[in-house]
Amino acid sequence: MKLLELNNVSIDYKTIEGNIRAVDKICLSIEDGEILGLVGESGCGKTTLIKSIIGLLPQNGTVAEGEIFFENENLLKLTKDEMRKKRWKDISMITQSAMNSLNPVYKISWQIVEAIQAHKEISKEDAYKRAEELFELVGLEKGRLNDYPHQYSGGMKQRAIIAMALALNPKIIIADEPTTALDVIVQSQILERINKLLENYQGSMILVTHDMSVIAQTCTKVAVMYGGKIVEYGEVNQVFKEPNHPYTMGLKNAFPSLVGEKNDLISIPGIPPNLLNEIKGCRFKDRCPFSIEKCSQENPKKTNIEEGFFYCHREEEREKLRVLASKQETWLQENIKE
Amino acid sequence: MITLNKILRMLRNNKVGMIGLLIFLSFVIIAVFADRIAPYDPMKIQYDSDGGVKRLQPPSKEHYLGTTWMGRDVFSQMIVGSRIAVLVGVISAVCVVFIGTNIGLIAGYFGGTLDNVMMRLVDIVYGIPFLPFALILVAILGPGIKNIILAIVLITWRNSSRVIRSQVLSLKNRTFIEAAKLSGASHWRIIYKHIAPNVMPLSLVYVSTTMASAIMTESSLSFLGFGDPLQVSWGKILYACYSSQAMFKAWWWMIPPGIAITLLVLSGYLMGRAFEEIANPKLRER
Amino acid sequence: MSSLQDSRYILEANNIRKDFNVKVKNNKIVAEEKILKAVDNINLKIKPGETLGLVGESGCGKTTTAKLLLGLYKPTEGKIICEGTDITAFKRKQLKAFRKKAQMIFQDPYESLNPRFKIKDVLIEPLIIHKIGSNYKEQLKIAEDILEEVGLKPAQTYLERYPHEMSGGQRQRVAIARALILNPSLLIADEPVSMLDVSIRAGILSLLRKMIKERNLAAICISHDLSLIRYISDYTAVMYLGKIVEIAPTEQLIKKRFHPYTEALLEAVPNPDPDFKISLQNIKGEAPNPVDKPNGCSFHPRCVKCMEICKKEQPQQVEIEKGHFVLCHLHKNKNS
Repeated sequence: MKLLELNNVSIDYKTIEGNIRAVDKICLSIEDGEILGLVGESGCGKTTLIKSIIGLLPQNGTVAEGEIFFENENLLKLTKDEMRKKRWKDISMITQSAMNSLNPVYKISWQIVEAIQAHKEISKEDAYKRAEELFELVGLEKGRLNDYPHQYSGGMKQRAIIAMALALNPKIIIADEPTTALDVIVQSQILERINKLLENYQGSMILVTHDMSVIAQTCTKVAVMYGGKIVEYGEVNQVFKEPNHPYTMGLKNAFPSLVGEKNDLISIPGIPPNLLNEIKGCRFKDRCPFSIEKCSQENPKKTNIEEGFFYCHREEEREKLRVLASKQETWLQENIKE
Repeated sequence: MITLNKILRMLRNNKVGMIGLLIFLSFVIIAVFADRIAPYDPMKIQYDSDGGVKRLQPPSKEHYLGTTWMGRDVFSQMIVGSRIAVLVGVISAVCVVFIGTNIGLIAGYFGGTLDNVMMRLVDIVYGIPFLPFALILVAILGPGIKNIILAIVLITWRNSSRVIRSQVLSLKNRTFIEAAKLSGASHWRIIYKHIAPNVMPLSLVYVSTTMASAIMTESSLSFLGFGDPLQVSWGKILYACYSSQAMFKAWWWMIPPGIAITLLVLSGYLMGRAFEEIANPKLRER
Repeated sequence: MSSLQDSRYILEANNIRKDFNVKVKNNKIVAEEKILKAVDNINLKIKPGETLGLVGESGCGKTTTAKLLLGLYKPTEGKIICEGTDITAFKRKQLKAFRKKAQMIFQDPYESLNPRFKIKDVLIEPLIIHKIGSNYKEQLKIAEDILEEVGLKPAQTYLERYPHEMSGGQRQRVAIARALILNPSLLIADEPVSMLDVSIRAGILSLLRKMIKERNLAAICISHDLSLIRYISDYTAVMYLGKIVEIAPTEQLIKKRFHPYTEALLEAVPNPDPDFKISLQNIKGEAPNPVDKPNGCSFHPRCVKCMEICKKEQPQQVEIEKGHFVLCHLHKNKNS
């Protein structure tokens, strides 16, 4: 069953310089139990997209068109009050800076109990028991429940935040760069914990990150965003082993690895497009080593494959491009037509 | 991220700031061309055709804002009086902010004992009540604009220096300052080339608001009779009006200086508000 | 260690230590003053044309080490010798001359360039300070050349821009240009790519590497990510709570490491391959507050191979293979 479905969603930001279309006609769906990774560079619209799902777009942002269905109910039609009730109960969110959102003057236990009671008719004792369960789930000692936030390290705070997000058994958890601010070891500890949690967890999750390797570690599906559009979507294994869009191919090359021999790191030349101006044709064309005449004239069409889709004009030649993309020469600045 | 160009562009987009600037500029123009605009000598007693003094005449074609008890032209007094207001406002604002910014920069950047001494001095100045201090100073040194400006400057530098210092404290730990140090820049170069331009918008907030409060102070002192006896100012017009007991008889004598003071002070605060929005982007979004 | 005149090295740090006095809040009202040993007895040597990687978690003292080496902090103990002279004893004039030789690239390119300076002003400022180039035109030419060298071509289109009009990658290139414009002999890069988008990281890293080799610089690259260090450094030193626990040629370290902490750091780097799932087997818990370092080996509370001796005695550095040093009780006996 489709839990969440985005239908042709576009989001505009009003700025002094003009309108920015941060998200452009995105269609995406998440089924029950699916773990979707949303990956892209900063400014590609990934955070905007998820903020529109939970109804927390900044004041100058609006959903210009499209529908967002959650359990067959259009979230965009809900009033602010109805949305607020849904927010934590059905859809919960973990953000990068969430660990700073703990109130320093209250004990952690108080904050969790308070949050549970705000959404559910439950006695204080039961809520506290639930908090203890949650702490065990995220790998924190029960005894630390009665500490204040400043007694926690960054990693512990992030675990507490994850515990709070899980408190009401939400149907979907949206995690926006949940480990980016943390050190490598703590990051891995938390990813390990998230993986363990997901084994027993019934609902779905969207994990937003710029880090392909985090997605490889946790997700089942992946959507690659570029310039406000999803350029490729599919099973994690398939996308990582046989990427179909040149951007995904480039992104894969850009990741350093410690396993095996040292490969050359290849970066994608150029910078992401400025969304202030209307872009004709494919958005990646200026940085793409394989772009042809057609790319700057018309929008690429969707190509469906078994478990996903991608948008590229040269979909027929993808096998050949994949081989070319793994070579460093291909990505040299000089080979890219301006 | 703000350049001077951007400040001007933002000011253009800021209606409130624009209104403030327009009011202020019109007063400046009036002050500059006061001699040409004023139809009469403001201190000269006007006589009618019979040779009698034109005492307390209501507004007419000859005297747009009527005359005073001594038979002087109120409109001309208003025009010429703007000079003192603008002069006192601008000079004291520039002096105050110059001193305050420098003290803030030096105390904030060097820290330590120097900072301690300077900030305790600020504390002491904060303990001095403003108007009584100004009254006593002017009473000792004698009335006159110079002394009024001196009184204003001696007290109001405290506000800007403290706020600028705290801004400097956070700026001096920014990476680009460390980068400047690493390229071998001297302390003074770092203070005046790297930090100072970044506290500029904040300084401008203080220029505008200090201007407003300086004009208020000058008017108050003149109203209390401590103004320069030889020069016309709005405060003195009010003082003359009050002391001739014409306050409730001659509205044309009392209301215009009141409105002029309010407008000029308002323009200062409006501009200050606009600069504040520029200096603090969080205010802009609201 | 080596003598003061050892000319093969640009920079030598001998047993440097840096203590900070910090106020620790406990449950009492009055804060307690404690000593934080941010850097604890470190020895480093760097040759021209060579890059040393410093890896470790935040708070392990890697940035403090960098600032010590650049003379931004004074060490509590120890000597830092740059081309034959001890920089800790420098007077103002000598320090200014040293500034010309040692440069740094910062983590955040949005923070390290003055927002009110145009790119040309950013680049020309060091030239003005050190009186290089006889006139403005000449200085501008130097700035243009260096911009083209770091890949911002054509330079004219960038000179008049402000930092906020450029992307993160372009700014970091400007920061590299500023660091190189004085022809330094020592370059320290503090997490040079961690704030940048992944797709452009490789470009910045290979530019740095190229510059280090071409200009024969002695370089130090700091990162928390071993996989990035691998692409830039010849040697890698792993730091934990102010000490270097393992140091070796980079590839050797990645293939064969001896310290359990290095092992853990390597495990922790997530792999962009869905077939390799993370499993942390060599470490438990989180790094303690550096103010309260554990007795003995400071890694012992997190170490899965902890022995009795680790809790009591501090380990000594041993050369386990040629050029490969380890600070761990496990490897005491292998030293002959």
